[in-house]
Amino acid sequence: MILAIASGKGGTGKTLVATSLALSLENTQPVQVLDCDVEEPNAHIPLRPVMDSSEAVTVPVPVVDKEKCTYCGICSDVCAYNAIAVAQKVVLTFPELCHGCGACSYVCPAGAISEEGREVGIVESGHAGAVSFAGGRLNVGEAMAGPVIRAVKGLADPAATVILDAPPGTSCPVVETIRGSDFCLLVTEPTPFGLSDLTIAVEVAREINVPCGVVINRDGEGNDGVERYCAQEGIPVLMRIPFDRRIAEAYCRGETLAAAMPSWQQGFRELFDSVRGLAAVGSVN
Amino acid sequence: MRIAVSATAPHLDADLDPRFGRCQYLLIVNSESMEFEATENPAMSAPGGAGVQAAQAVINEGADAVVTGDCGPNAYQVLSAAGVPVFVGASGSVRDVVAAFIRGEFSPIGAASASPGAGMRGGRAR
Repeated sequence: MILAIASGKGGTGKTLVATSLALSLENTQPVQVLDCDVEEPNAHIPLRPVMDSSEAVTVPVPVVDKEKCTYCGICSDVCAYNAIAVAQKVVLTFPELCHGCGACSYVCPAGAISEEGREVGIVESGHAGAVSFAGGRLNVGEAMAGPVIRAVKGLADPAATVILDAPPGTSCPVVETIRGSDFCLLVTEPTPFGLSDLTIAVEVAREINVPCGVVINRDGEGNDGVERYCAQEGIPVLMRIPFDRRIAEAYCRGETLAAAMPSWQQGFRELFDSVRGLAAVGSVN
Repeated sequence: MRIAVSATAPHLDADLDPRFGRCQYLLIVNSESMEFEATENPAMSAPGGAGVQAAQAVINEGADAVVTGDCGPNAYQVLSAAGVPVFVGASGSVRDVVAAFIRGEFSPIGAASASPGAGMRGGRAR
């Protein structure tokens, strides 16, 4: 099964939940953590995996054969991303704008456009004890995380329970991460900001037909807005982690909750059982 | 000659739009007759590559020069590859700008005058 851990608001505890789940399950089934936050990966910090392979991620960008080009401009007309411009005797490509869709090379009547790979990031994989691990890193200055996230998800082990640590927010990288998962756990905090971003995250999950449930982190602070919203929307609250300074202190030392306080592992196993049951039913509400 | 001017509305008394790539309208003005064609700038709300798209539009319209407030690096690269000189620092109505251009009050730039994405910040930030 593929379980995505997302949030909406950043800093709510996605990685804490993802890594704690992995450590709590590692003795019961094959588990794999995929760090899909390729702009700011951090799941490797509490897990400390030993990496054994890494590979560049490339996006195909157009290369124009000046001998064959007739400067007809059809490639420029068809490009949705303004990555190619044509004047009477010149073709300019803008590789950083190119999304690698291949339309230009497809429509070129002279067959003058071929594709070459432009490196945008890397994916690495390895192991943290019994937990398999893979993660990606987008090169600094690159605007599009999608291709690297897809490369990370491509390393998913179909025989394992795959836990996707999603990026914060609700835009393209998050959609790319959550899409196709069997279930999405939304980690939130019981505050107005937490609630505001949670509602958007729920909309995203529903839009792409991924059933979701909520984990409330730092419970005990803030207000009951999140609880009331979840009750009203029929979204199950599957775990509550209290606001406890000791949890924050341990995390700052690089120890995730299930490692610093092993008594929590049973709770995470029960969380996983609930998720598996809900995913089987496949209900969104 | 055909002069492309970035404008805030589709007529000669409109104010010049100081941004090129994300301007609202592109006016192509015939400097002898003052006849003009106005089109909505297709690049105005492009998610990316607005300078490229606006420059391509101007080239496709057969402009001989661009007069604007500022021009970013992608637009500048496309226009200079096409041999279209770019003149910046203009302000006032399109009509006045074209008159000033004909009097030779502008010099062509040798490099972009705005940083990437400046047009998205209202054309004021560098």
